[in-house]
Amino acid sequence: MGNMDQPQQITDAKKRYSAGVLKYAQMGYWDGDYVPKATDILALFRITPQEGVDPIEAAAAVAGESSTATWTVVWTDRLTACDMYRAKAYRVDPVPGIPGQYFCYVAYDLSLFEEGSIANVTASIIGNVFSFKPLKAARLEDMQFPVAYVKTFAGPPTGIVVERERLDKFGRPLLGATTKPKLGLSGRNYGRVVYEGLKGGLDFMKDDENINSQPFMHWRDRFLFVMDAVNKASAATGEVKGSYLNVTAGTMEEMYKRAQFAKELGSIIIMIDLVVGWTAIQSMSNWCRQNDMILHMHRAGHGTYTRQKNHGVSFRVIAKWLRLAGVDHLHAGTAVGKLEGDPMTVQGYYNVCRDTHTKVDLQRGIFFEQDWGALRKVMPVASGGIHAGQMHQLIDLFGDDVVLQFGGGTIGHPQGIQAGATANRVALEAMVLARNEGRDIKNEGPQILRDAAKWCSPLQGALDTWGDITFNYTSTDTSDFVTTPSVS
Amino acid sequence: MRITQGTFSFLPDLSDEQIGKQVEYCLDKGWAIGIEYTDDPHPRNTYWDMFGMPMFDVRDAAGIMLEVTACRKTFPQHYIRVTAFDSTHGTESVVLSFIINRPAKEPGFRLIRSEEPGRTIRYSIESYAVQAHAEGERY
Repeated sequence: MGNMDQPQQITDAKKRYSAGVLKYAQMGYWDGDYVPKATDILALFRITPQEGVDPIEAAAAVAGESSTATWTVVWTDRLTACDMYRAKAYRVDPVPGIPGQYFCYVAYDLSLFEEGSIANVTASIIGNVFSFKPLKAARLEDMQFPVAYVKTFAGPPTGIVVERERLDKFGRPLLGATTKPKLGLSGRNYGRVVYEGLKGGLDFMKDDENINSQPFMHWRDRFLFVMDAVNKASAATGEVKGSYLNVTAGTMEEMYKRAQFAKELGSIIIMIDLVVGWTAIQSMSNWCRQNDMILHMHRAGHGTYTRQKNHGVSFRVIAKWLRLAGVDHLHAGTAVGKLEGDPMTVQGYYNVCRDTHTKVDLQRGIFFEQDWGALRKVMPVASGGIHAGQMHQLIDLFGDDVVLQFGGGTIGHPQGIQAGATANRVALEAMVLARNEGRDIKNEGPQILRDAAKWCSPLQGALDTWGDITFNYTSTDTSDFVTTPSVS
Repeated sequence: MRITQGTFSFLPDLSDEQIGKQVEYCLDKGWAIGIEYTDDPHPRNTYWDMFGMPMFDVRDAAGIMLEVTACRKTFPQHYIRVTAFDSTHGTESVVLSFIINRPAKEPGFRLIRSEEPGRTIRYSIESYAVQAHAEGERY
């Protein structure tokens, strides 16, 4: 910000460390000339300073409170290499089109962080600053991790490539469905839904986030009935099938116990909810790596802090943390379904999951380049209010490496669950075939579906039931950027 | 029963023209194509026999289709699949695989349940055709 007076760090040590209160910028948390090192961890915050608070001082406060600072000067700083430990806000830009909000860039030295610990990263970066009084609101928009730090994480236990090799399924999105109703089915009834969906053509069925071990269905009953359904469907089709067994529980001990039972029954995949927390996620990731298990992550609860643009943590940051922490599947939005998601922003999340090297892409909300250091790729999952009639849009938006989950769009089919599953699988294969043949599926998609429905009555039934259903609401979380004028 | 492994098994069997278009798509992407056959279609039988090595240097669809025809002629009652390999860093695996030939009759699989203590069951899957006949005489 060229039009502001650049506050200066006090360099005279005697003045700097005399007891009392200084501005964060004076304490050394702002350096407009700082050039981030290749080994720095970078964070971009969107901040809304209180009235009268200078944006640069607010940025310095963010850097200070997320690294070494406290509200007053402490002499004990002088026992340390404190200049290195101080995070440095180095750039502040007004958010295009939104008065009062600023993008502030902060650099952190690598030695501020423990290796291989997302709990430590989050405690540092979002531990304190979000309740800081001089800010009305703050949002962590994006982060960049140096390869040196990326390599301290094992990442996804399975990853997209190995998952496909284990499943023997290539060249098309995978298909899934969440067993519904979410709550109340007995183990026996629950397994029925799983069998019908898998036999009809789905690759996966899924427990919902809140299916754990309730009075209507204890977890062991669910696992036993579900695995009978999975194996029976596998024999009936000749395909590898799976059902995400949710092992989320009150303690790690209980989660390990459930995961172990899932393994003993031959399940290829287990599931946990985001609400179990970062340490539990990394522990379960380790367990999955040891036990050849795919780890499905349901992002339960994320909407409480990812959705509003002015405050919280962007989902692209959550996705980066989860790729480091090590999950194989991650719900990352549908863009066209019932849940929040601007298409470009959602594509940004998908790229974070699947890229080997993520490039800056402001339209998709990606502010930093990210070299993933050969970390395995996370399979994004599109789930929530999608149906066969949107197949062309989904494949056009997300490509092949995605799990498309049609819950209601399978189980609610008028001719039954198997018919619902078949409709989705036929729509999917017909669309992939047409795309590979060079057809313009974005525009010809509806016709391609109608043609396939002529020989597939379940698909006709799906199109008749849901063909016109859309969820056209304005997205809350969109990217704010100025298009760089092209050189003419 | 119809085995539904592969990318396009829920569609009617592909014509040679349709197969040719998929092959062209793969070649345009720079992928290498291999042809594989088996008479043991167990879902976890990864290594179908290769009808020659992947054709890294055949870059026209007509050349691939000659091999498809030859494989079908040699193994008319086997499962045959076309498999595409992508050597790009970060993938280096199969990226498309679809069945282009199958036996006239597909007897399917038997699900074997071994009952264990508690209500635990161990499952295995066995192909009826594999169980009934030796390799090469199954279909």
